[in-house]
Amino acid sequence: MIKRILIGVVVVLLVGCVGLSWRPAVAPIPPPAADSFPAPLVAVGAQLAAAGNCAGCHTVAGGPVYGGGLGLETGFGLAYSTNISPDPQTGIGNWSEAAFSRAMREGVARDGSHLLPAFPYTHFTKLTDGDVKALYAFFMTRPAVVVPDRVNTIKFPFNVRALQAGWKLLFFDRGIYQNVTAKSEAWNRGAYLAEGITHCAACHTPRNRYGAERGNAAYAGAPFDGWLAPALNAANPAPMPWTQRDLYDYLRTGESEAHGVAAGAMASVVHSGLAKLPDADLQALATYFADGNGSAARAPTANSALALASSRRLVDAGRETEPGANLYLAACASCHYTPAAKPSTVQGSLALSTALTADEPSNFIQTVMHGVGGAGTPGPYMPGFAAALTDTDITLLATYLRRTRTDQPAWANLNAAVAARRPPIAPTP
Amino acid sequence: MTTPSTTTFQLNGKPLSVTTSPDTPLLWVIRDVAMLTGTKFGCGIGLCGACTVHLGRRAVRSCITPVSAVAGAQVTTIEGLSADGQHPLQKAWVQTQAPQCGYCQSGQIMQAAALIRRFPNPSDEDIDSVMNGNLCRCMAYVRIRQAIKIAAVEMQGAASHA
Repeated sequence: MIKRILIGVVVVLLVGCVGLSWRPAVAPIPPPAADSFPAPLVAVGAQLAAAGNCAGCHTVAGGPVYGGGLGLETGFGLAYSTNISPDPQTGIGNWSEAAFSRAMREGVARDGSHLLPAFPYTHFTKLTDGDVKALYAFFMTRPAVVVPDRVNTIKFPFNVRALQAGWKLLFFDRGIYQNVTAKSEAWNRGAYLAEGITHCAACHTPRNRYGAERGNAAYAGAPFDGWLAPALNAANPAPMPWTQRDLYDYLRTGESEAHGVAAGAMASVVHSGLAKLPDADLQALATYFADGNGSAARAPTANSALALASSRRLVDAGRETEPGANLYLAACASCHYTPAAKPSTVQGSLALSTALTADEPSNFIQTVMHGVGGAGTPGPYMPGFAAALTDTDITLLATYLRRTRTDQPAWANLNAAVAARRPPIAPTP
Repeated sequence: MTTPSTTTFQLNGKPLSVTTSPDTPLLWVIRDVAMLTGTKFGCGIGLCGACTVHLGRRAVRSCITPVSAVAGAQVTTIEGLSADGQHPLQKAWVQTQAPQCGYCQSGQIMQAAALIRRFPNPSDEDIDSVMNGNLCRCMAYVRIRQAIKIAAVEMQGAASHA
């Protein structure tokens, strides 16, 4: 009898869970005609899609734009981005605006299945109705491309979509961005963009074991795709404070005199995405992050940080025989030499580089191996040395520069970190 | 060998399209496709400077720069530094008789040209630091430094009379 009651309870609970997680499908529609959307609305959508760098995840290198297929490592397996072009069979061509809006706001696909949080609906929920409408108009007027979605490699039980309902209960706050009245209009605009469409936290905030951004560690920096997305809060390891001006320069041009150039995934964010935004929006983002990173309080230290960086520009006397110093002189110094008067990381002072002062060496290793530049950037800044320097060379170089250009302790397990980022050798044909 | 693709860029002011594996070193394209052999192969790993060319306004080692990375860019080799071989650096090189065997010299001159662009009036420290990655087994360093200073003075004079 007791057994029967228990089974009954379990059945009721299971049915309840499935019931809670069940969402109806939204009826498919014939793909709307491109000319049914007003051009100004499409233009707003284009800007928002650039701000969100939607193409960054929803396009594979060399593949059709918005055709999807890029694998994102979630910690539970690979989640492949989907086709978001208006193809009715393989894309979102038969999605109504209501279906699109529900996906953006609640992370539910047209057929009622829950989307994985690798799609940052946790941020897009903050978008205004007008902006969601504009994005819908933009995507529905793109060329339709026939690319079937790939099957994720996420393992059981995490691949059970119904379980996402539980995840949402725990980690998802639905709702449009609300202005903070005590802050300026620019600050609120910056916050609206950053928390919403540009979803900065998706890379720059560490996640908990369930893959949710940790609310108590907002913008504290996190590993991403073999790189470190540095902290954007007061914990940022840059020797010079990131002022509003610096942030604006970086977001606008990909370069900040006092910090360096956008690289890794951020290069595409800046050059393929933010490049299409008006100045006012980038100033707003800069306002928001400059307020959050405590740069005003650090401003008095800027001059001494610069002076310290200048004093660290030379190879230390008497150590020229150190192998790391010799590698630096041969491979790096012709570009990275900076005279005392004007340290600048754009072509120079490594003593100002976050890649060297960060707690872990990912960005230094990636930059040395793969260089800076590539698709979307205005010309390569630096060639990659993966084929030129061995793991031992890069380890020696990193050890030497970390010791002479920063006052941070040596990186732990450096050699293993270098080896882990070594690209596989392509088989000879 | 990855799938061949076509890269187009400007080489010494003229468009060049090349269809090859995207990771082909720019140096091979310059020497074997464009047949401009002034740029030399030294170490092949970006540690000697013999293959230095300009990418835009910067000096890069063409042996470790994949051709796909220069799509749309302006590449200048020693042949394109001046139309008539009379760049102030080339004249100063002759005046000081800087080279001995000459193998590294086109790389030296291209690196020096980028140096003077960044430091129009270079100090010994500037020259030593920037030219450090350009090796010369004949030990022509003292004459190279002298030639750079002569050229810098001429170029400053030209700039102030312009």
